[in-house]
Amino acid sequence: MKIDWAALGSVFGVSLVVTVGLVALFTLGVMGLSRQERATAEGGSAALAVTGAYACFAACAAAVAYGISLIVA
Amino acid sequence: MENFSLILAIVVVTALAFDFTNGFHDTANAMATTISTGALKPKVAVAMSAVLNLVGAFLSVEVANTISKGLVDETGIRPEVIFAALVGAILWNLLTWLVGLPSSSSHALMGGLIGATIASAGTGAVHGDVLVTKVLLPAVAAPIVAGVAAMLATRLSYTLGRKAEGKAAAKGYRTGQIASAGLVSLAHGTNDAQKTMGIITLALVAGGAVAPDSDPPTWVILSAGMAIALGTYLGGWRIIRTMGKGLTELQPQQGFAAQTSAATVILASSHLGFSLSTTHSVSGSVMGAGLGRKGGVVRWSTATRMFVAWGLTLPAAALVGALAESVTGLGDWGTAVVAAFLIASSAAIWKISRREVVDASNVNDTEEPAGVVTTAIAAVAPPPAGSLADDLTATIPSPAPAPAPEPVAPAVPPAAAV
Repeated sequence: MKIDWAALGSVFGVSLVVTVGLVALFTLGVMGLSRQERATAEGGSAALAVTGAYACFAACAAAVAYGISLIVA
Repeated sequence: MENFSLILAIVVVTALAFDFTNGFHDTANAMATTISTGALKPKVAVAMSAVLNLVGAFLSVEVANTISKGLVDETGIRPEVIFAALVGAILWNLLTWLVGLPSSSSHALMGGLIGATIASAGTGAVHGDVLVTKVLLPAVAAPIVAGVAAMLATRLSYTLGRKAEGKAAAKGYRTGQIASAGLVSLAHGTNDAQKTMGIITLALVAGGAVAPDSDPPTWVILSAGMAIALGTYLGGWRIIRTMGKGLTELQPQQGFAAQTSAATVILASSHLGFSLSTTHSVSGSVMGAGLGRKGGVVRWSTATRMFVAWGLTLPAAALVGALAESVTGLGDWGTAVVAAFLIASSAAIWKISRREVVDASNVNDTEEPAGVVTTAIAAVAPPPAGSLADDLTATIPSPAPAPAPEPVAPAVPPAAAV
């Protein structure tokens, strides 16, 4: 019996890195948007935060698209 | 199709019935967290999951070609064996649904197949090493991998997102959850609908209706996709309740982290050639998300029952499959007896389930009493008031981050009173 530890290990590693990375990116994006919300409420603007937020969301969307391409393939 | 015999028709219908139970058994995997955190209305969630399952069924036939190959010797397989296997899998799926425990439909199917094969062709026809590497090890690995990832992601999300509040944050987490749940649904459709296609095709090959090594015919793909989508839409509300509310109490951040982890693990594992069960991954990630939040509590009594169900899935389905196979072996009337037994038991299980109906309207009610372990944990380590207030300001949209005005019901159910 041969257990493919390498495959299991890489599943573990990849899952960990991708999950944590995606959640971190997404949380940063959400933070950017909520900062903008606060800034607007106080009459200011937070262009940088919004740009950063959309960059984060774009990266997440790209990850989802890659996920779909994996499913289709 | 001159060879399309009665037994073959029975097998196809039974396989579609299994596909249907598979759909409503696994709705929870994609949608439990989305429903329990309120990101989507229950009915909307299952409708979305059903559509994505249907779409997923048409995306590829890769998995359909692998289910039959490897685990058992194809040469000795007759349609009756597949029928017996399906009987075992369906009954186990219905039984676990009745008690509201998530368990792997694939394990049930493999268990049934193994049992029926042993009864038919002896133990030699089952590849024991494949059993360990493809079934047992993944069952242990999946919840650990998904759980650790979800736990770390939840921690990080709470640490990073301390200042994320208000409408934008709520909407953001909601969207994120829906996206990752959709991905899980799609992956489920490609995986599990195809398993049924694989089984039907295997039966057709065994019965001589199609040539060996052929791809599933179009009507097989279509009907399998429809069956799983219909099952998903009807929703296994009992299991959704256990997964979304029974294991732990989830906030939107946790739901997002859990579902992202599950989607990642499922995709990474199937892509890297170490397939992990959807059910095991999602359950693990839900528990991980529960552990990742300060003051979050996993109800280990529910989790333990779930683990026991996982352990029993394969042998139980195998036993039923083996029994069914020995009865069908007695002749055509034996097959009829097994079919009657399947219908009667399914009806009985449905009847019992009506005693306490769980549906879209009460799926989020927690009736789960806290177990002994939870009570002990709650008594020894009550969540500090400070962390509770933190969690509240992080999730309840409020204009000013004021401390919680009154002691709100803690995340732990009133276990001390039990």
